Amino acid sequence: MPVAASAIYFLNLRGDVLINRLYRDDVGGNMVDAFRMHIMQTKELGTCPVRQIGGCSFFYMRISNVYIVIVVSSNANVACAFKFVVEAVALFKSYFGGAFDEDAIRNNFVLIYELLDEIMDFGYPQNLSPEILKLYITQEGVRSPFSSKPTDKPVPNATLQVTGAVGWRREGLVYKKNEVFLDIVESVNLLMSSKGSVLRCDVTGKILMKCFLSGMPDLKLGLNDKIGLEKESQLKSRPTKSGKTIELDDVTFHQCVNLTRFNSEKTVSFVPPDGEFELMKYRITEGVNLPFRVLPTIKELGRTRMEVNVKVKSVFGAKMFALGVVIKIPVPKQTAKTSFQVTSGRAKYNAAIDCLVWKIRKFPGQTEPTMSAEVELISTMAEKKSWTRPPIQMEFQVPMFTASGLRVRFLKVWEKSGYNTVEWVRYITKAGSYEIRC
Amino acid sequence: MTDLGATSGCGVVCAREAPPKFPSMCITSDRQLPPSKRCFAPPALLHILHPSYRWCALPLLLDGRRKHPATHQADEGQRAAALHLPHPSKQSPCTHAHMSAVQRIRGAFAVPRKGETYELRAGLVSQYAYERKEAIQRTIQSMTLGKDVSALFPDVLKNIATADLDQKKLVYLYLMNYAKSHPDLCILAVNTFVQDSEDPNPLVRALAIRTMGCIRVDKMVDYMEDPLRKTLKDESPYVRKTAAICVAKLFDLNPSMCLENGFLETLQEMIGDSNPMVVANSVSALAEIMEAAPETNALQVTPQTLKKMLMALNECTEWGRITILECLADYTGADVKESEHICERVAPQFQHANPSVVLSAVKVVFLHMRNVGGDLYRSYLKKMAPPLVTLVSSQPEVQYVALRNIDLLLQKNPDILTKEMRVFFCKYNDPPYLKLQKVEIMVRIANDKNVEQLLAELKEYAMEVDMDFCRRAVKAIGQVAIKIESATEKCVNVLLDLIASKVHYVVQEAIVVMKDIFRKYPGYEGVIPTLCQCIDELDEPNARAALIWIVGEYAEKISNAGDILAGFVEGFNEEFTQILTAVVKLFLKRPDQSQGLVQKVLQAATAENDNPDIRDRAYIYWRLLSSDPGVTRSIVLSERPPIATTISTLKPGLLDELVTELSTLASVYHKPPNMFLGQGRFDADAVQRAAIEEQQQNARENPIAAAAAAAAVSGAAVPPGNNIENLLDIDFDGAAPASAQNPPSAGMSGLEGMAGTPQRVESPAPGQAQGAANELADIFGSSNGAAGGAPTMQPQQPNLMNDDLMNGFASLNVGGARQPPPVAQQLEQDPWGSSNGQGSSSANKKEDSLLDLM
Repeated sequence: MPVAASAIYFLNLRGDVLINRLYRDDVGGNMVDAFRMHIMQTKELGTCPVRQIGGCSFFYMRISNVYIVIVVSSNANVACAFKFVVEAVALFKSYFGGAFDEDAIRNNFVLIYELLDEIMDFGYPQNLSPEILKLYITQEGVRSPFSSKPTDKPVPNATLQVTGAVGWRREGLVYKKNEVFLDIVESVNLLMSSKGSVLRCDVTGKILMKCFLSGMPDLKLGLNDKIGLEKESQLKSRPTKSGKTIELDDVTFHQCVNLTRFNSEKTVSFVPPDGEFELMKYRITEGVNLPFRVLPTIKELGRTRMEVNVKVKSVFGAKMFALGVVIKIPVPKQTAKTSFQVTSGRAKYNAAIDCLVWKIRKFPGQTEPTMSAEVELISTMAEKKSWTRPPIQMEFQVPMFTASGLRVRFLKVWEKSGYNTVEWVRYITKAGSYEIRC
Repeated sequence: MTDLGATSGCGVVCAREAPPKFPSMCITSDRQLPPSKRCFAPPALLHILHPSYRWCALPLLLDGRRKHPATHQADEGQRAAALHLPHPSKQSPCTHAHMSAVQRIRGAFAVPRKGETYELRAGLVSQYAYERKEAIQRTIQSMTLGKDVSALFPDVLKNIATADLDQKKLVYLYLMNYAKSHPDLCILAVNTFVQDSEDPNPLVRALAIRTMGCIRVDKMVDYMEDPLRKTLKDESPYVRKTAAICVAKLFDLNPSMCLENGFLETLQEMIGDSNPMVVANSVSALAEIMEAAPETNALQVTPQTLKKMLMALNECTEWGRITILECLADYTGADVKESEHICERVAPQFQHANPSVVLSAVKVVFLHMRNVGGDLYRSYLKKMAPPLVTLVSSQPEVQYVALRNIDLLLQKNPDILTKEMRVFFCKYNDPPYLKLQKVEIMVRIANDKNVEQLLAELKEYAMEVDMDFCRRAVKAIGQVAIKIESATEKCVNVLLDLIASKVHYVVQEAIVVMKDIFRKYPGYEGVIPTLCQCIDELDEPNARAALIWIVGEYAEKISNAGDILAGFVEGFNEEFTQILTAVVKLFLKRPDQSQGLVQKVLQAATAENDNPDIRDRAYIYWRLLSSDPGVTRSIVLSERPPIATTISTLKPGLLDELVTELSTLASVYHKPPNMFLGQGRFDADAVQRAAIEEQQQNARENPIAAAAAAAAVSGAAVPPGNNIENLLDIDFDGAAPASAQNPPSAGMSGLEGMAGTPQRVESPAPGQAQGAANELADIFGSSNGAAGGAPTMQPQQPNLMNDDLMNGFASLNVGGARQPPPVAQQLEQDPWGSSNGQGSSSANKKEDSLLDLM
């Protein structure tokens, strides 16, 4: 069975119940006490997200300053339960306008109860799509046509939406200007050894779409990925055009994409939901263009001094530039004094995270600024263990650059009224976990 | 308005003459309905009504006395004026007739005239709608905080009939929470529910039927039948899908009613519904009923239903897909063609954005592809790898579940992810539970191509800050060394580097790991001096025992072995067994140097030690040494069988069971579901069955142990229903059996009980264990003859086997009758390598010392 959650609790960090909703009566009301006693107040917290106490199991997740706990007494689907919590939080966020924390919950508890009633029934997840739920669970509350005439159109329509075959799109949408915005956002994950060899490197990309289209359009997306292109040339019996093709390791799609069709024809075709959504995610491990190379040298000079030299090389086109580049170089806890020399940007010591933080707001391609710092340490009592160096971390954004080289070749829109659409495409590459050991 | 009296089975007398408009309805109607419909039950009727009906009447009266109906229609401005008007119902005779009853009821719910509850009550009965709504919200808030606001039940209930959907939902929520404590009052709400279930608005209809199912009061069940039947056939799919779940709720409460009304058949028909969400919910409900009561045959997958489910799969929501996939996973294909078809239709779901859909799809394909042919099988196996890897980039908690499942899949098919090692490299910020799990998986994936990369990574981890993680990394290096012969030298070098780091926990773990490497590969004696340099830093019994074992084993090559062991003798305690054996080995190898030491140790062990195992062992050594050194040498210094692996693996039977449970709790705990589900379902029969299955399993794998077990069973007839485990320690001395606690806690295996119970070798083994003891003697004889190593044992199972023998030796009467313990215990003890770090290596030690004995 998918989940069959018996109860769901929202707790704050002290263990006070913010929201509780029992879906089944096979667990007692004291379940949350068990959680508090055996998990929150022990070292267990954070050692494992699934715990068994007595005949019940607890799944918990921390989101900002709130714990969300699901209690089950059956052999439930754990992956589904966690994903449900993730989706539910996303839903709450979209209702609260961003933040999900203790205050937001306290201020919206009526709404949360209402949503909890709707998104899960008897412990089984129901529809969690914000676009649909917002049709009939509004902040102000929908007035029931209890006293009005039964020929009340809009609300019954909403329930058709909830369960319709195209459950994610409303009918009868009209836009004056039909536009589609595509954002290709890639995050580069890198783990590099201190000697500069790449231990692990992959790109997780997602294609975000914003649709303002009338009617029920059918869309088809073409990328420069290898399998898709091969299939296409096969179908049209025409040789593959030369040019860079990308090998996607794996792709996952929004539920609007016809998966069977993708499997047989390798085309991404779908009826999009209205507004913003994540169309697809992909993963690439081969042929990744790393936008930055980091060359650190860290010397420990005796017990009280350190010398840190970091050179960062941008290897993307000279006409492009990266934004918001931050390089965090960890230093020991007992750092007392730091002095810097940088050829670009600004650097300072952040004691809260024990790091030297070097920020460069605008970082042009094909350049290599350096930072050298001297760190003075307080000589503490003979610490037996030498300092274990955490990796250097890096953040950045490079607009109009894809580390994978992925490009959108076409986006076709069909609608029976045959209107013209305007398509906009943007590319951006961000740092995922970009770590360099030193 | 429905005539509920007829269906309720109570108050039938009046139901025929005058339909008893539910009194609760009257409160509602005096606000919402036009005056013509406002109907009060005549007082005479009230008397003959069922007591629960009479209850219903009272709040109406209270309400009537206080309020003028006009106020509800009047707008706010006119209210003040209207208040002073006399109320028509005051003249109603029924008010006077029941005045005393009213007083009584009021008394029952009396609350202090001040404080929060009083204020809430005042708000709940306020004349202003907004005040009432606010009061309900505050009541719910108090309820959430854990305060008991059940005293407000009647007052909250009065607000149930409202046009405001939000308010209605809040009242329903309150009802669901406190229905149990006020079952009688719940009936008041029935009429509203019934009326709502016929509301023109499908949202209201669904809400009513959903909430009715959640009010788990027997009396409510009686009224559910009709609305449920109607809503199951509702025109709106939204209502139908809610009603489908409601059938499961009803079944949980009253199965017979569900069956009598044919709701199951209706649900089965609904699998063919045009709406995919209705299909999904019907399948959920049927699956749940099927699990609760298999005899109903609620969910039978036929070719037709299969087709419908596969159709719905592509259209419904992600959660619906999971439901259908779970159902497909439980279904065994009729033939190869059907399995092929299922795989073909499900495989596209690997590309779904929701990781739990992917995991469920993997499960379905994994189970069904076993039936399809070789090439197709391999192609699906290959297709499975990328989605599994993608799961590793989801949220940490989901990732954890995915990793536990990947672990299972790897045990089943070790080579599906060999190329993907890098994906499992730990990130610095990964939570500890992920890091440990990732190391586990990397060790499973390791082969001679990627081992170098892995070792570099593990070395990096061993130098991190988190102690547990460092230890795990060191242990992993040892596991890799034993798994991949060509990499052993590299592993040893890495371990030496780590020992040089002088971080005490890393050093200790490294020594334990080195001991295992010695047990498999000869030729690394050169590192012993380095190990011995760390003696002073060893403060853990495990590490000390490992080093003592190494010194004893290679005593002839260590010039100062005597001094080293003498140093340990001073502080011996936990690792005394080890010292004893090591000193005897030393004596046998270099009698000239250590005569004094061996005497001192044997003396201490036999005279001063409290532990019977150690005492007995010392006596055996002593007698052996004093009789014939040659025989002693052949027993104590005989060759050891090399160990095969230190990576923990699940038993094949259990693994097969767990593979069918992918993505559920069982796959996360790596335990079969009946091991962790509620006490109610955890009965002795299940334990017995599991034990017997395990025994059969053993018979296939390990003929000798099975023979011993079989002998024990044939000797002692097990009384039915008695826990089979009692055989584990047949008690001849009249002491309490070690497994008197029943069932045993997961952490405790029968073995521990045996080791701790003082039982004497001299005890005669009477009747029932006799056969077993003979059997054991045979085993002992045969293995002795074959120069130590038990020749028949299979490489995968040496630990368990030796363990048997060891116990047999330590306390003969017990070992012979040893029975394969239930799965739980097997689980705890079998994968010694990793399931419990501390216990495992001491267990290994026992095994060694046993072999020394032989």
